[in-house]
Amino acid sequence: MAAANGEESFIHPMDQFVIKPLFGGGEVQLLSITNSTLWMAISVLAITALTVWGTSGRALVPTRVQSVAELLYGFVRQMVEEVAGEGSMKYFPYIFTLFAFILFSNMLGMIPGSFTPTAHIAVTATLALAVFITVTVIGFLRHGTHFLTFFWPKEAPGWLRPVLCVIELISYFVRPVSHSIRLGANMLAGHAVLKVFAGLFAMVIAGGLGPMAVVPLAAMVGLTAFEFLVAFIQAYVFAILTCVYLHDALHMH
Amino acid sequence: MEAEAAALLGKYIGAGLACLAMAGAGIGVGHVAGNFLAGALRNPAAAKEQTATLFIGMAFAEALGIFGLVVAMLLLFAV
Repeated sequence: MAAANGEESFIHPMDQFVIKPLFGGGEVQLLSITNSTLWMAISVLAITALTVWGTSGRALVPTRVQSVAELLYGFVRQMVEEVAGEGSMKYFPYIFTLFAFILFSNMLGMIPGSFTPTAHIAVTATLALAVFITVTVIGFLRHGTHFLTFFWPKEAPGWLRPVLCVIELISYFVRPVSHSIRLGANMLAGHAVLKVFAGLFAMVIAGGLGPMAVVPLAAMVGLTAFEFLVAFIQAYVFAILTCVYLHDALHMH
Repeated sequence: MEAEAAALLGKYIGAGLACLAMAGAGIGVGHVAGNFLAGALRNPAAAKEQTATLFIGMAFAEALGIFGLVVAMLLLFAV
């Protein structure tokens, strides 16, 4: 995509999101190992290492690694208990997996030169659709066809109910769309903005305006710190919205 | 050629207009955070339990701005 319009540019901000196969080059095949799958695998390995190796000692006074693992566990556990309500601990492993995977993918994506799998709608849409299907199936398994009354607001006045029913249905089916786009677009936009400022820095240097390069550099430092915050908050928001949807399925409002 | 240039112009203007959604998202997120702070300063004891709600509200407000960004991206790279 570099210099798509024939303009001369140092780096195109969207180049970092190109998926390439790691071995052999050429086109991306169905099962080829790409930079995306590599970084997904790295985040899975990092989570496994942290949780398995960190808690293997089971020390009463935790070591540093163990306390990080315990912190992560406790944080997600508290969130599930508070937001998803009674009977939700059965689904704690799923939400923990989602949160840890998204958090580690986002954070590892902040390493310069690495790849952020969660910046791709394909990845986030898969996660969000899995959540959507799981939650809907849980709702039907728990309440049977009674779950359909979720879309029929009983408190509203009679003539308004069909209208509200349509709105409820639309808002229910838009959930996976907003759930996936929120995470994907946030990561995409954040990394693209970082690269835009990096390109500006290079252009100012190449333009011979040396000292002026402090401005984009300062902006980049600030934005990098902000992106770490966004990386955490988006993982948190994805997990907490999963808890909210789970709460709806378990308790129907 | 003339029509192509006009289409390109429209594409860029449209992408720029789609970014106006960010203004709405900014107002929304500001409202959420501001009202949370106003409430939290009145009753600091209850504030801690409501941070989850704060983030959910922020996420919903922000999502609509993000949709504008998606429209801009689609205009720039997909249309």
